[in-house]
Amino acid sequence: MTAMIELADAEKTFTMHLQGGVELPVVRGVSFRADPGECVVLSGPSGAGKSSILKMIFGNYRCDSGRIGIRHHGKVVDLATAEPRQVLSIRRSTIGYVSQFLRAVPRVATIDVVAEPLIVNGVAREEARARAGQLLRRLNIPERLWTLPPSTFSGGEQQRVNIARGFISDLPILLLDEPTASLDAANRAVVVELIAEKKTKGVAMVAIVHDDEIRHLIADRIVDVTSFAAAA
Amino acid sequence: MNAPTYNFAYLDEQTKRMIRRAILKAIAIPGYQVPFASREMPMPYGWGTGGVQVTAAILGPDDVLKVIDQGSDDTTNAISIRKFFGKTAGVATTTSTTDATVIQTRHRIPEASLHAGQVLVYQVPIPEPLRFLEPRETETRRMHALAEYGLMHVKLYEDIARFGHIATAYAYPVKVNARYVMDPSPTPKFDNPKMDNCAALQLFGAGREKRIYAIPPYTTVVSLDFEDHPFTRYRFNAPCALCGADNSYLDEIVTDDKGGRMFVCSDTDFCEQRQAAGHHGTESAAPHKEKAHV
Amino acid sequence: MSELSSLENDEPLLLAEGLAKNYGRLAACRDVSFALYPGEVLAIVGESGSGKSTLLQLLSAQLAPSAGQVSYRMRDGVLRNLAELGEAERRFLFRTDWGFVHQDPAQGLRMGVSAGANVGERLMAVGWNHYGRIRDTASTWLERVEIDTGRIDDAPKTYSGGMRQRLQIARNLVTEPRLVFMDEPTGGLDVSVQARLLDLMRNLVSELGLAAIVVTHDLAVARLLSHRVMVMKGGRVIETGLTDQVLDDPREPYTQLLVSSILPP
Repeated sequence: MTAMIELADAEKTFTMHLQGGVELPVVRGVSFRADPGECVVLSGPSGAGKSSILKMIFGNYRCDSGRIGIRHHGKVVDLATAEPRQVLSIRRSTIGYVSQFLRAVPRVATIDVVAEPLIVNGVAREEARARAGQLLRRLNIPERLWTLPPSTFSGGEQQRVNIARGFISDLPILLLDEPTASLDAANRAVVVELIAEKKTKGVAMVAIVHDDEIRHLIADRIVDVTSFAAAA
Repeated sequence: MNAPTYNFAYLDEQTKRMIRRAILKAIAIPGYQVPFASREMPMPYGWGTGGVQVTAAILGPDDVLKVIDQGSDDTTNAISIRKFFGKTAGVATTTSTTDATVIQTRHRIPEASLHAGQVLVYQVPIPEPLRFLEPRETETRRMHALAEYGLMHVKLYEDIARFGHIATAYAYPVKVNARYVMDPSPTPKFDNPKMDNCAALQLFGAGREKRIYAIPPYTTVVSLDFEDHPFTRYRFNAPCALCGADNSYLDEIVTDDKGGRMFVCSDTDFCEQRQAAGHHGTESAAPHKEKAHV
Repeated sequence: MSELSSLENDEPLLLAEGLAKNYGRLAACRDVSFALYPGEVLAIVGESGSGKSTLLQLLSAQLAPSAGQVSYRMRDGVLRNLAELGEAERRFLFRTDWGFVHQDPAQGLRMGVSAGANVGERLMAVGWNHYGRIRDTASTWLERVEIDTGRIDDAPKTYSGGMRQRLQIARNLVTEPRLVFMDEPTGGLDVSVQARLLDLMRNLVSELGLAAIVVTHDLAVARLLSHRVMVMKGGRVIETGLTDQVLDDPREPYTQLLVSSILPP
């Protein structure tokens, strides 16, 4: 089977120029793959570089050396060296990212925040909103809140809006950064269900979850990040 | 006592040549404003110094000169200029539109149609049609050069937005020979159609602004407008109180301090000719409204 | 054109090659090269004096470069060197296929002329000659930028700062340009007004598939509006890349300083 994501010897170091040029190695030798329909969970203690690896796969952090192969429109693109335009195209039609915090867009209604990834990919506004509504309902966001901007919501509500926005698309790769962190049991169960549905659709996922129970429920494979820790 | 002797038509020959060159250039580029070295004249700006210089430059001993101000041969300005050329050039003067070879005018085009060989000289206060929207001369020149005339329609748009119709009643902008947008001087827009395909040569002189422009005979002159707000001319909806004409441009004359008024032809020569031919109007003090005139 | 298709178009819309501008011995801008693609929003960030405004003027052909050139793909698909365009062509470009949003709306608007005429002017300039249609289009655009159409006959001198800026945007977008230059578009506005304007611009840019070059010293503006960012210092581009990449993982000392100087929200 062809990998959707394949990292080979990826490496990341921060150089802190404001602290006298201190070199802060984050990860090195990162190598693993994720296949369609598979959920790979990154494990390791805080600070081991799990989030940094996700951000590198998303192109949010630059990769200093090594390779991050992404299957995009049937071809493998190395994200470590891709042009900004290519990265944007990959984000639009291949990789989705569910972060812990919603980067709220001011003034936009919740339903439109959730529907936006579909609209950007050419789905009609009405259909996109209908699908957004279904997801919000599943995630127990009351309908009366849909027309309000999410910036006024509680932390848990904001995260559920963020999850809905991340899961609505039909992208073949999803990166999940602690998607269940501040959710109650009922909503955690919904997220586990959503992940299972994505697997049946052949979506490749890389996730970070601290909750052992959830990890067991979703992980097909666990990659221990400790081995990549670039201890200085 | 000897009266002072002037060069023919007051201006010296070099100056007249300079002005004639500007006129020739203006005729060659219809509607284009040609700069010229406007001279001090023995009359204040605003009294027609531009027109007077153009007239002085084209006048010959055989010419017959007519001068009108607001259509009238007998207002102060008209009489002064007529006398000025009578004295400095010794040319024959007339009040008859048909007999004149050169007609200098302020604010009107005669009602009688002009014929080939005649020259109509306009006195122009502000030659630049774009001036009120674009104060920079460098920019207006560039706009003319590139035929960027969207701004002219902005002015007409503002009229319609504010008054429901194009309220510009005089100095109504025209496009000459399908190229330059031109200010026809403060003539009422009633006269605009007379400029189109006119048999006479039309010259425009602006003394203070130092510009000369021209419409050669038989040149296309189109008043700017919108498809859904076409150019329309207006006149008071009344016959002339003196000659009964119903197709001439009328002046409203206040006859007393009790609101009495009469409406008479602004073109005095036209009116007198008609009266001499036996036409009569009836004095009516009823107020009249302006009406579209086809 | 949808955002998707325009972003995947492989032909650059604007191409800068080795651009430089010297004022005597002062190099206001040196060796700037990049390609801008249809639908792409590029932010140029840096402090006052970093050369970003000079660069914007070079890119929009308002200033002749001391070296290098800017090319633009005209609507007929041909890439043309801007320095070789005649003045008429350049001005035509400016009022049809390009927009320019000034920081001070008074520079981009006719302050004494009604809002309707301000928006309609570009249409009249390209030959629209039907008052009703011009007015309807102006009115549609006022709605799109959230200005009450009841104010269509009021002059912008009676408008608030935020309304003026929105009117300026409508005036620029009415001819459906493919490229809009913006010089500190939210500068001088209250924070709440800024947020509304940014949101509006963001939506318009994505709905119309506009390419834009936005000069700003405000990194939040760059983050919200742009796909890509160029950081300038001393007339030079010192770092460039995806906006979130440059802002979340800045490499250059100066960029790290800029990013760390933002107060947390």
